[in-house]
Amino acid sequence: MTEIESSPLLEARGITKQFPGVLALHNVGMSLRAGEILAVMGENGAGKSTLMKILAGVQTPDEGQLFVDGRPVTIDSVEDALEEGVALIHQELNLADNLDVASNIFLGREPRSQGLIDDRECRRRASDYLKQVGLDLSPKRIVGTLSIGQQQMVEIAKALSVNARVLIMDEPTSSLSQSETEALFRVVHDLRQRGVGIVYISHRLAEVSQIADRVVVLRDGENAGELAREEIAHDRMVKLMVGRDISGFYVHLPHEPGAVVLEARDLVVPEHPTHPVSFSLRAGEIVGMAGLIGAGRTELLRVLFGVTRPLGGTISSSGRPVTFREPFDAIKQGIALVPEDRKLEGLVLEMSVRENVGLAGLFQHRGPWGWRNGVRERDDTTRMVERLNIKTPTQHQIVQLLSGGNQQKVVLGKWLALGPKVLLLDEPTRGIDVGAKQEIYRLMEELAQQGVAILFVSSDLEEILSMSDRTLVMHEGAITGELAREELNEEAVMRLATGATAELTYSQ
Amino acid sequence: MKKTLGILGLLIVVVAITAMGNPKSFLSPYNLENLTKWTSLFGIISIGVSFVIITGGIDLSIGSVVGLTGCLLAMLVSDWGVPAVLAVPIVLVISLILGLCHGLLIAKLKLQPFIVTLCGLLLYRGISRFMSGDDTQGFGNEHQTLRMLANGKIPIPFTDGFDLPIPAIMLIVLAVVAAIFLNKTIYGRYLLALGRNEQAARYSGINTDVMVILSYVICSMAAGLGGVLFALDLNSVQPASMGEFYELYAIAAAVLGGCSLRGGEGTIFGVLIGTAVIQVLRNSISILGIPSQLNFAIIGSVLLIGVAVDEIVKRMAARRRRTMRVQA
Repeated sequence: MTEIESSPLLEARGITKQFPGVLALHNVGMSLRAGEILAVMGENGAGKSTLMKILAGVQTPDEGQLFVDGRPVTIDSVEDALEEGVALIHQELNLADNLDVASNIFLGREPRSQGLIDDRECRRRASDYLKQVGLDLSPKRIVGTLSIGQQQMVEIAKALSVNARVLIMDEPTSSLSQSETEALFRVVHDLRQRGVGIVYISHRLAEVSQIADRVVVLRDGENAGELAREEIAHDRMVKLMVGRDISGFYVHLPHEPGAVVLEARDLVVPEHPTHPVSFSLRAGEIVGMAGLIGAGRTELLRVLFGVTRPLGGTISSSGRPVTFREPFDAIKQGIALVPEDRKLEGLVLEMSVRENVGLAGLFQHRGPWGWRNGVRERDDTTRMVERLNIKTPTQHQIVQLLSGGNQQKVVLGKWLALGPKVLLLDEPTRGIDVGAKQEIYRLMEELAQQGVAILFVSSDLEEILSMSDRTLVMHEGAITGELAREELNEEAVMRLATGATAELTYSQ
Repeated sequence: MKKTLGILGLLIVVVAITAMGNPKSFLSPYNLENLTKWTSLFGIISIGVSFVIITGGIDLSIGSVVGLTGCLLAMLVSDWGVPAVLAVPIVLVISLILGLCHGLLIAKLKLQPFIVTLCGLLLYRGISRFMSGDDTQGFGNEHQTLRMLANGKIPIPFTDGFDLPIPAIMLIVLAVVAAIFLNKTIYGRYLLALGRNEQAARYSGINTDVMVILSYVICSMAAGLGGVLFALDLNSVQPASMGEFYELYAIAAAVLGGCSLRGGEGTIFGVLIGTAVIQVLRNSISILGIPSQLNFAIIGSVLLIGVAVDEIVKRMAARRRRTMRVQA
């Protein structure tokens, strides 16, 4: 492929896609040149995913035309797309955990000899592709034992193995650590050098401004605008995405921390028994918790919330030592946890908004004989829907049908209805759109003003830098440092997060 | 609710066909009384298992618990001379302990419900047979008062000879209590929530282990009560076979009545109707002169058709909703 090719590598014109009840895409166009990194941005529901699925043959458009190298093509299936060299890497990775790396790369296309899988050939070719994505590990490794970042690389290797010329990546960094993200970027840059076109979907503005050659923004299923490399700037992207100026995306006012409400002393988290942790949390302050994936932040929150039991050390709530056998005990002390995976741990997806919001408060508001206080449940939900601006047709709507941002608000509503003293947030804005993100930041600020102690784990450095009064940084289970707001910057966090001597986790 | 209406329709169809096929036998007071009694006895164990199914679990030991408690009651009363007022509570406490064991193994040791209760099925059957030396157990002509629990009747005025069996009253009381528990108390909501997503329930402060254990206790106690009533009614307990396959009748009734084996779904009223459908089917096989060898085959077919139709209707409804939304 030559650099001076006039027609774009992949082009979509006038794409319209109607789903029952929603016009997902309306006359949307985009083009991708070889050796270009194109970021596609937009709020949740803007139509990014639908457009990507159409490009990759997962769905077919109602109207419009796709072109590859300027030649009109029909892509009706994933196979068609792969034939044209278009590969999609899903946000949730599609790997078989129990198989090794080589088998995953060639799943369904295994090299054979005499009808049987030729394992040796399989591994030989696999290590070739692994080298191309800079992954230095044995093709015999079981995928389940790899880090998320490494699994992502395996996905990319898999795409390369089918000679993909267009790589569509749907929020590839949403569960990667900083160093893994950097490694991914290196590979993406490398692929670009080799003329692969990359469509990159992300919610993270900082990331997009760092990596993208061009940005296409979708809003409500239509093209909202496009930014060339030199035009890419934080506020311009946000403005295009939400269609209005957002001044003060992050809200942060000075806080006057009160008494210590939660304290951990030499707390031994089972997953990291060699590094006891100690810290305290005061009323009315927002404390960020930074670190790489696997640094033990989620595990620490689980211990603080009584999900897992510590092997040693003490937790004190408002000065009194407490033992948490179950989350129930932590809730009694006014502690609430918005977990990392809202679908798995935060919500009963098939239940209604009201049933979910009411769930944690059932016990507190029970009548004699465990009678359920339905009125209280309804009123709490009414309050929370209003306060958190939860967009739902009725309280009886099944939570599964809400957008990610609104689902997260339901989880928050469940806890706010109880009036917690301590709010533990684990990646509170992961996978939710810009508008909902901002609402959650506002809410955090508002709660802190009211004296709630907030401890939030985030892998989004920008969020940590902007929202926290002080930041605890973890590395391999230990709290490696604490940074006051004045000393808080990206380098300081990364230095502590990687440990003084630690290599990038990626190159293990 | 819609699901319950569907199964109610099925009940009406089955009743109508049988009634038209042989009105004289089917509608005779004797047959209706018997049918009511059997539906009541099976209804009790079906309500029990529906609690377990709502948590996403399963209990295969019900039939063996029925056999064991039936056998035990007869032996306590007849062989060992334990007074009836004491024997019944003893048997119920034993079934409570069995349920507690199932629950502890499943919730605390994290064993799979299928395996735990399958072992229960084998174990309790063996115990019953060994304990009784495989001899038929019964109450003879004694203990008529105790036996009234199962075969007593209350005359209903203006029904031309139809008397309401006592077990029917027990079933109604039990069903009302169960329905209130499931729908009006926080514990019912806990069960439904953990059946859908145990993790999320636990993260919301629900002691999920205790709730799971409770559901197995309820199930085994219902089976124990069922065993007592079946034994008193039959007055002849075959240790090797009493209660055999009853767990399958109970599970089938619960599923037909709208419980999902995935957990988190089910209504008590639906389970009652599901039980009735199965009992009417069994009844109609003998009444309509269908070869009794076909018994299982017919129940199996109706169950399969029932759940398949339910799924199809659900999909059609979903499609209609979607098109309506598009037009809107």
